Formats: sequence, C-alpha cells, structure tokens
Amino acid sequence: MSAPLTPSQTVGPFFGVGLPFEKGEQIAASGSASVIRVEGQVLDGNGEPVPDALLEIWQPDERGRYRKVADGEATGFGRRRTDAEGAFSFMTVKPGSTPAPDGRPQAPHLNVTVFARGLLRHLVTRMYFPDEQAANATDPVLNLVDAARRETLIAKSCGGVLHFDVRLQGERETVFFAI
Amino acid sequence: MSDDEREPPYLYPDYVGTRLRAPAKPLVNLPEGFHDFPAPLFPRAIAELAHDLTRQHAGEPIGERIIVTGRVLDSDGRPLRNTVVEVWQANAAGRYLDQDDQHPAPVDPNFTGAGRCLTDDDGRYRFITIKPGAYPWKNHRNAWRPAHIHFSLFGSQFRSRLVTQMYFPGDPLMPRDPILQSIPDQVGRDRLVSQFDPAATMPEWALAYRWDIVLRGRAATPFEDER
Repeated sequence: MSAPLTPSQTVGPFFGVGLPFEKGEQIAASGSASVIRVEGQVLDGNGEPVPDALLEIWQPDERGRYRKVADGEATGFGRRRTDAEGAFSFMTVKPGSTPAPDGRPQAPHLNVTVFARGLLRHLVTRMYFPDEQAANATDPVLNLVDAARRETLIAKSCGGVLHFDVRLQGERETVFFAI
Repeated sequence: MSDDEREPPYLYPDYVGTRLRAPAKPLVNLPEGFHDFPAPLFPRAIAELAHDLTRQHAGEPIGERIIVTGRVLDSDGRPLRNTVVEVWQANAAGRYLDQDDQHPAPVDPNFTGAGRCLTDDDGRYRFITIKPGAYPWKNHRNAWRPAHIHFSLFGSQFRSRLVTQMYFPGDPLMPRDPILQSIPDQVGRDRLVSQFDPAATMPEWALAYRWDIVLRGRAATPFEDER
C-alpha cells in the first residue's frame, strides 16, 4: 500500500528570496579545461520572455556518472533564474553517456527542469548536443519524439556557445517529458 | 483516483498565469525507469541556523512565532533521511523581501523569509518562523492568496522533485484561491493543509503546525513483496 503523494503547486513569482544560490550557474568546477557555456531564453506562448522562471540542470560527469556524494561545490547540479529578458546561462562540462533502463546507451544530455509562476507543476526536458549526431540518431528518448519536434531538444552551436531556448507553449513548443 | 490525477493540470484558466505558460502539446511519456536515477545533490552546505527564520538578523521579526515540522516520506512510507528541505515565505504583513513584490505592506528588516534544513534519521524537518500574512495579487478582482509557506524538496530520485505550498487550517481564503483549487479533488487539496499540533508547541513561546510530505519513489517497484 503506497502513501498518497503530496501534490505540486507553482513556485510563484517570489522564489528569488529562497531558491537561487551564489554561483548556481557554475555546474562544473571552474578552471576545468573543457568548460562549455550553455545559454538560452525561456519564452511563453506569445513568444514573450519569461523573466521569472527558475531552471535547474542535473547531469552526470564526463564519465556518465551521477554524483552520489557532494564533494565540493560542483556536483553536476545547477540552478539559475531567468533575467528580465528571460535569459539564462550555465557553465558546465559535456556529460558522458548514461545507460537507458534496458542498457542501451543514451546520447549525452542535460536534464533541464523548469519552474515558473503559472506552472502549477514543474516541467522536465533534455538538452542534447549538436556535435553528437550519431549518438543522437540512436538515442532511445529522442526516438520516442516526433521527428519534427526533435530539434527543440538539441542545442545549437553559436560561436563556441551552446544555445538552448525553452518554449513553454505554441509553435516550436519544447518537448517536455511526463514524470 | 491515481496520484497523477490528483496533481493540478498545467492549464487552469482561472489561474491566469497558466494561460500562456502551460504546454499545449501533450507531455511525452518515457518507458518506466527512464527517470529512475538519483536526485540532484544540493551543492552547498546548510548553515546550522538556516532552519530558524527568526534568527537571521540582529532583531526578532514581527509576527506570530510558529514551529513548522513534519516528516518527509517516499511513496512506500519510508522516511527520507538527510534530504534538503527549502522554504520561503512572506512576512507577517504579507510582503515578500523581493524587488518584484509591490504590495504596499511593510518590509520587516528582521525577516528575510527563507530557510533550509536537512531531515533527520526519521525524515523529520523542523523550521522556526513567523506565520505569513495573506496578500493580494492581480489574478482577478480582489484576489488574495491564503497564508502559505513555499516548500522545495529533492527526495531520492530525479522524479521525486517537488515544489509546493503548505497552507494553514481553517483559512477562509483557501476555497477562493485558484492556485490551491487547481488540484482537482478535496482529498488532494487537504494534503497541502497543515494541522495544528499541540504536542509540538512550546509553552510561552510558539504554536506549532505539522505537515507531512510524500514524494515519488522509484517507478520500477521491486517485486519481492508481491509473491
């Protein structure tokens, strides 16, 4: 017999006093040679910036292992709120491949969680890497997504920076996964 | 009614903020197990007094001092030990210490309204704080949020993540609040309402409210118990 779950409620507009923490955008230890910058915008159904969203990134390390013990500042977890333009950025390293439940390899990806006023439950999506075409082509999760919508999950490389927008609603709506 | 049916929908038009932010396309279901990986590790140390929101400044905040305590469990009823619980809230006058909060109620210089703690071996958390005030918002004419404390928890699995709000028993604003009423049934809504807890009060010092939290566990359940 399982206990009934506690339902979700929105993070609201005023989480800034409680949730963000200093250097929350630095997911990888600073000074690491392979640090990459991920940036993007959160947009609503009218294509307007969402200035009060909170993003969390949770990712395995470069060898595909999720940290189980916090040793120092970099655990693979990052948290950042969007600014007035709906923009966010993170500094991290590209994670290694992790196995799917059936053992098949998954393409490297970041788990991205979105909270905002107006979201009664959080949203979960994934950011894949544009330079992993072969791995992306066989990724078991990308292959569950309509081919026409897959591009919403793959970052674009722009001058050494990875660009990943989150469109909550409307045309080119980001693919979100049920939890 | 399944647990998922007890969750609020993404689109709930009475809560105006959902209209342009709720995904219009159905979420993609992943096969069982894809979200069975460990929850994030909170990457910062939790200060010893982070659970006491009344002792973060030189003076004491104004308002009714309360203790908020309860247990964090997974859906099998097992306590979640050593897990981070984060809270944030308005002050006694219903004002957040947030630049975007324009409600003309006083800021309390002795109250930030944010706390963190780790659960103990029984999954128990405990905060000392001030009872938050109700405040108006612009969702509809004369809209007021019932008094509430925001909670954020990670649990054991990625799929355990929960951000929610705790309410206070008997608050007459609850039936009029579209955020709470977005939860489809009364049983689900009642799970967000704390109970007055005489046993946890401290005489001559603070009243207490108890609120237990149940988080999703692994999706792929072990079969040993089902033979």
